[in-house]
Amino acid sequence: MSAPSRWKYFADGIIKENPVLILMIGLCPTLATSVSARDALGMAAAVTFVLIGSNVVVSLIRKVVPGSVRIPIFIIIISTFVTIIDYVLQAYQPALYRVLGVFVPLIVVNCIILGRAEAFAYGHGVFDSLLDALGKSAGYALVMLVMGSVREIFAAGTWFGYAVTPAWFRAAPVLFMIFPPGAFFLIGILKGIVNRLTAGRV
Amino acid sequence: MNPAKILMGAFLVNNIILMRFIGLCPFFGVSTSLDTSIGMSAAVLFVMMLATWVSWLLYHVLLLPLGLVFLRTAVFILVIAGLVQFVEMVLKKYVRGLYSSLGIYLPLITTNCAILGVTFLNIDYRFDLLQSTLFAVGTALGFALAIMLFAAIRERLEDSPISPSFRGYPIAFVGASLVSLAFLGFTSLFGISL
Repeated sequence: MSAPSRWKYFADGIIKENPVLILMIGLCPTLATSVSARDALGMAAAVTFVLIGSNVVVSLIRKVVPGSVRIPIFIIIISTFVTIIDYVLQAYQPALYRVLGVFVPLIVVNCIILGRAEAFAYGHGVFDSLLDALGKSAGYALVMLVMGSVREIFAAGTWFGYAVTPAWFRAAPVLFMIFPPGAFFLIGILKGIVNRLTAGRV
Repeated sequence: MNPAKILMGAFLVNNIILMRFIGLCPFFGVSTSLDTSIGMSAAVLFVMMLATWVSWLLYHVLLLPLGLVFLRTAVFILVIAGLVQFVEMVLKKYVRGLYSSLGIYLPLITTNCAILGVTFLNIDYRFDLLQSTLFAVGTALGFALAIMLFAAIRERLEDSPISPSFRGYPIAFVGASLVSLAFLGFTSLFGISL
């Protein structure tokens, strides 16, 4: 296959098939863990690790997995990687692990990961599956970065922990954004903007 | 912890959908009408209780004594998937009435993060079996309340003049934000914190 069409596997995931804003999957952790830019990227990193691992392994064993039992096998592969990242975060990033909480083990039911295993990795080669995983992860990380940044800037006046707003704003920030309603509100606005920009094109 | 606090905390204060963001897929997926919301809520209540009992027993009788705690994620998801299939078969054969009302929702529940989330939270909070059951019931009732409230709002949104870019999901999210804002008012009710 030619290079440009392979590049498409990677590039599609970022904007055109963005898992969150276009496909509308994997919403729970997106809303729950985007309380600050750092936490949001931490969650995106955990999802990236599991997605790359599961896509590569599913693609490697796709020829020997019978179609009728593929879903349970995918789930076992995914939960293996989820368990690894669960223990790694617990050991090396305890502060981040406390913030992400139950959403780390819940990566196992994240529709993005099972969806890519089923829709892409089971029918494509290892390298293409890796590109697909990287693209979808990049698209996910982009949304997480935007959500986490906006919520942190509004609710705390900081970005990655650095003060980026005037002192008067930080004294009385828009606390609404750190609470659950703020997450729903922000993703609604983002989806509306994306709809407006892509009207008639996607 | 006080049993009433566990029940009310799971039901209102820490509502699984609006405060914890677990189980959003069915929340947005089936809340398009009140009828489907009720069916889904009943199915969630039913499966959540069973999943709580099975996962709690498995964890405390099998995984903990054998030192296999790290298998928790894999075991819970497979057991719940198997359990849902089994329940579906039993209902289909013996309880036709219940099957015709819950049947179509059961497969959707297999990878519902609300079910799996509750089984993990029961372990994380170190609940005993009774507390776990109360937590599951409270969570399922909270799920039902949120999804039914939201279905009523969405039925009205259908006929409202909304800009084309905001039709569908975007306005649904903003609506969910307002419902969630209302639930934020339950914070520290009965002294239960977020």
